[in-house]
Amino acid sequence: MKSSVITFPGSNCDRDIDVALKKFGFNNKMVWHGDIELPKSDLVVLPGGFSYGDYLRCGSMASKSKIMQSVINFAKSGGLVMGICNGFQILVETGLVPGVLLRNKYLEFICKNVFVKLDNKENAYFKNLNKDVLELHIAHNEGNYFCTKDQLKEINDNNQIAIYYCNIEGKIEDQYNPNGSIKNIAGIFNKEKNVLGMMPHPERMIDQSLSGEDGSIFFKNLLNNIK
Amino acid sequence: MKVSAIITLKKDVLDPQGKVIHQALDGMGFENINEVRQGKYFEIDVDENDPSKAKAVVEEMCKKLLANLVIENFKIIETQ
Repeated sequence: MKSSVITFPGSNCDRDIDVALKKFGFNNKMVWHGDIELPKSDLVVLPGGFSYGDYLRCGSMASKSKIMQSVINFAKSGGLVMGICNGFQILVETGLVPGVLLRNKYLEFICKNVFVKLDNKENAYFKNLNKDVLELHIAHNEGNYFCTKDQLKEINDNNQIAIYYCNIEGKIEDQYNPNGSIKNIAGIFNKEKNVLGMMPHPERMIDQSLSGEDGSIFFKNLLNNIK
Repeated sequence: MKVSAIITLKKDVLDPQGKVIHQALDGMGFENINEVRQGKYFEIDVDENDPSKAKAVVEEMCKKLLANLVIENFKIIETQ
């Protein structure tokens, strides 16, 4: 299976996701933001980091870079596009997924492990996953998901909420919300569920001795789903 | 001509930075503040002499890049 990871100036999780994808059997290529053509891919990943130094709004400059037109076309034709952390911020700025990511409610950069509950398994990302709660890592300053009331209604009507912040048992409550996101939202799909944006980093959870293996479970399952 | 754009957060959007600035101002002795909201200001020199055309260009910039219309409003001011 072929994957592509886009590197923007200021991306810093691009190599981590490259390592993760290769570890679980993807044939991954790194793609520079200034390129125009996307290599043939089954999956495109927009990595975490601080693209363009977070100038203007996080992800806003990267969303206008040259390669993004190809990524948008790929997504609109049904291709799988996953944005992690800054990649999620880029996705909302392109309009591929609804809403925005505001500064964290308590103005702190948050770097810690969290639990997230999967809400919807009728998609290529979570189908056949044998766990409902994953332990993943977050590291962000702007992860406070916000959208308008109309958007929230549409998101609910179309089952677009991908993951919620929760506790180890999967309870979704205010006290487990690290950043003030509406309804504890940690990740969201587009209507068609081929585009996924999420704040947590599955690529940081692929080694039992370093962190944990819930990311491994996610990537192994993703590869099997795409095969 | 120079055209300015002011980007402000919409009313129902939480502004934690504005709140902290408010608290700091309170602490400095400015006690009669009801609310502080932080925004952005752009000054753009457009190569165009017709004010309405110059404003129209900046309006398009605001819609496409400078503002995120989910959370922000913009106002355009002709400066010179």
